[in-house]
Amino acid sequence: MSTDFSTAGPLLEIRDLRVGFRVDKKKVLTAVDGASLTIYPGQTIAIVGESGSGKSTLAHAVIDLLPGSGHVMGGSILFQGAEITDRSRSQMLALRGSSIGLVPQDPMSNLNPLWKVGHQIKEALVANDVCSGDEADRRVVELLEEAGLPDAERRARQYPHEFSGGMRQRALIAMGLASRPQLLIADEPTSALDVTVQKQILDHLDSLTDSLGVAVMLITHDLGLAAERADHLVVMYRGKIVESGPALDILQNPQHPYTQRLVSKAPSIASQRLSSVQARAEVREQAVQTAAEIAEEVAQSAAALGAGEGDIIVAENLTKIFTLRGAKPWEKIDFAAVDDVSFRLRRGTTTAIVGESGSGKSTVARMVLDLLPPTSGTVRFDGVDVKTLSSRKQQLSLRRQMQPVFQNPYASLDPLYSIYQSIEEPLRTHDIGSKKEREAKVRDLLDKVSLPTTVMSRFPGELSGGQRQRVAIARALALDPEVVICDEAVSALDVLVQAQILELLNDLQAELGLSYLFITHDLAVVRQIADDVLVMQNGKVVEAASVAQVFDSPAEAYTQRLLDAIPGASIHLGA
Amino acid sequence: MSDIRPGQERFVAPLEETPLRAIDAVDVDAVPESQWKEAWKRLRASPLFWLASVIILVLAVMVAFPTLFTSADPNAAKLGNQFAPASEGHPFGYNFQGADIWARTVYGARASVAVGLLATLATVAIGVVSGAVAGFFGGLTDTLISRLSDVFFSIPLLLACIVVISVINNIFPSRGFWGSVLVVVLALAVFAWPQITRQMRGAVLEVKNLEFVDAATAIGASKMANLRRHIVPNALSPVIVSATIMLGVFIVSESALSFLGLGLPQNIVSWGNDLSDAQTLVRSGQHLVVMWVPATALAITVLGFVLLGEAVREALDPKARK
Repeated sequence: MSTDFSTAGPLLEIRDLRVGFRVDKKKVLTAVDGASLTIYPGQTIAIVGESGSGKSTLAHAVIDLLPGSGHVMGGSILFQGAEITDRSRSQMLALRGSSIGLVPQDPMSNLNPLWKVGHQIKEALVANDVCSGDEADRRVVELLEEAGLPDAERRARQYPHEFSGGMRQRALIAMGLASRPQLLIADEPTSALDVTVQKQILDHLDSLTDSLGVAVMLITHDLGLAAERADHLVVMYRGKIVESGPALDILQNPQHPYTQRLVSKAPSIASQRLSSVQARAEVREQAVQTAAEIAEEVAQSAAALGAGEGDIIVAENLTKIFTLRGAKPWEKIDFAAVDDVSFRLRRGTTTAIVGESGSGKSTVARMVLDLLPPTSGTVRFDGVDVKTLSSRKQQLSLRRQMQPVFQNPYASLDPLYSIYQSIEEPLRTHDIGSKKEREAKVRDLLDKVSLPTTVMSRFPGELSGGQRQRVAIARALALDPEVVICDEAVSALDVLVQAQILELLNDLQAELGLSYLFITHDLAVVRQIADDVLVMQNGKVVEAASVAQVFDSPAEAYTQRLLDAIPGASIHLGA
Repeated sequence: MSDIRPGQERFVAPLEETPLRAIDAVDVDAVPESQWKEAWKRLRASPLFWLASVIILVLAVMVAFPTLFTSADPNAAKLGNQFAPASEGHPFGYNFQGADIWARTVYGARASVAVGLLATLATVAIGVVSGAVAGFFGGLTDTLISRLSDVFFSIPLLLACIVVISVINNIFPSRGFWGSVLVVVLALAVFAWPQITRQMRGAVLEVKNLEFVDAATAIGASKMANLRRHIVPNALSPVIVSATIMLGVFIVSESALSFLGLGLPQNIVSWGNDLSDAQTLVRSGQHLVVMWVPATALAITVLGFVLLGEAVREALDPKARK
């Protein structure tokens, strides 16, 4: 180890760095514009920004791993006082790994599936001349243990597909720290993981880098997470550093309008504010009132399904058992994805189902939507058992009254359909209105989700994730449903866009008296949109209560764990 | 926070240098572009596409208006002209029968292109429907279609065609132009569909699990409507690429069959028949021009379709480009 704690000089100094991507012969896209920052040995700093802000590009420029046509156009990067932007490829190769380590973003695609995990870490040791042969094998086990993997000796002999996402990320951390670098670049190391796993891994990374004296450059989109983990924050926006300084100072007193936006909107921080609870109460009051009016109409109408009851969806003892293939052709294994789940959704309110991946929350959503038949149990929509709907006409009216918004805005719109066709499709399927009336309705819907009507002729590929999610919401509202089921509808979006879509969903609920079933893995957003919460774990309901109860006095240890895992939960900012 | 170190002081960028944009603003001026339109734009930028287009265009004109290329009659044969050298209006001279080589090659394009086009259409029709049904419905339907396609896939294309055509030739010895073309087309299509079926099935399996298919079901679209409106259109691009290349392969197959005396009958002008006639000359090594002209026409045509297939593949899947 060559880390010298006594030197007060900076470890990494970036001055006025400019990085560009060559688009064609004449055009160069500037991704990082005049960025300066300093990291001292053993210090953790965080670079915060939305997607496309240039934060990853900045990090990749440091280790000379810019993709494609990316290149440093100006400025300097000093590592331990020496300029590295003009180093040759082989000199950089020597620096990479041995002095600067990287923990990449996606643990799923960053391990080679054909090689054992231990072998891949050994590769890092051998490549950096740390050790080789049997010594390297022993070192691999030590490194994996150090990264917090239990039973490391056996794990080293396993293949990546035998690891969970969290375990893979631990293996990548072991690899990044294999040759004891002085600087570790962690590029969104936990954004693909469940919140509780994220907390575990970051806690471990913290203590590990502390004890080794490694400096960490943490790249993240989550301001709460950054402030919790780093002493020094750098906020990036559209390729420029807009604000930097001590973490707590920035959170308590943000100066740049963009930072102010982030601080006020980021769900992990905003959810702690009492103001968001009050805002939600107002939305609910108005929504319940509108919903009651709609319920009366439904009760009168012969075409609509249901009797206008107060509980619009009642799920009782829902169970879904998937039969999996066993080790032998004749063997079958029963797997209960959803186990005896019951809940009710009151008209005009939001019930959130919260759980980590594999908890069965999306399977519940699919059963409620009648996209997947339950193994046992019933779903009653406004008093009518969904299973008893036999005629196509009745099924169509159920579809009309209940609509989904899915998670992935990149997959939930047909890429070959224009925005107009996508939103018009439900109207056409249900034979509603003439061509002219349908067009007027589409315009009206786009207006409701605050999109200009010029997007009608565009295609999903040309819109951003948030814009596509708006289109998906417009499509869901085309048939004037009473219930909208949002399956992780904001999970794939940047924090500011997430906040914006949550706001839109709240406004629409108040205006149209909608009832939401809101599926999410993120407790942080729940407080801004939900009234009741169902916490699920391994297919079972762990806790069911009102939002206030869950946040203020969670009854179950698991719920408490989820709450603790919200990044930034430990930071108190006042109202 | 008293121990702020040099280089880490509080910094706030001036707002003029970093103006704020509306969150998630829509670019109102952008021109809408569908995937097909985008693919067409990429296709137009590809030199391969233009080379292929020129070849195919010339071929198309040759098929539609052969008189633009030659004024000679391909069937007029005078023994007195046997192996006569090139002359005015007869750029490559005459063959064994004393017929104009160039005229026979120009008119021969018709048969080749007719077989290629029709066989491709038939193959794609069978393949797309069976592949979509197998992939979408799964279960027993899938097993039946997939195993059947395995059986047909295991038989070599040309060998199977030779057997089928010779059997049909024994039952119906004389047919007209279209009758003969139809037999070759059917023989090719019956043994070539499994390739398209497999591709289509794979693509449908991938597309049918995407969320927009669930979204359409939740809207109330029926299974068939979903298959027709969302799944098949999104699964078509690999089939389009294969079909383009297949067209070239079918043209070669027709020539090979005719060369063996099994494709189109002798009285129909086709490249395969001309090549078959020329084979005796190859042994003697004389008058090779009789072979070169139809052989070159065949090679250039196939090249055209293979290049087009390659250009279309790059346009539909820009990631595959190196």
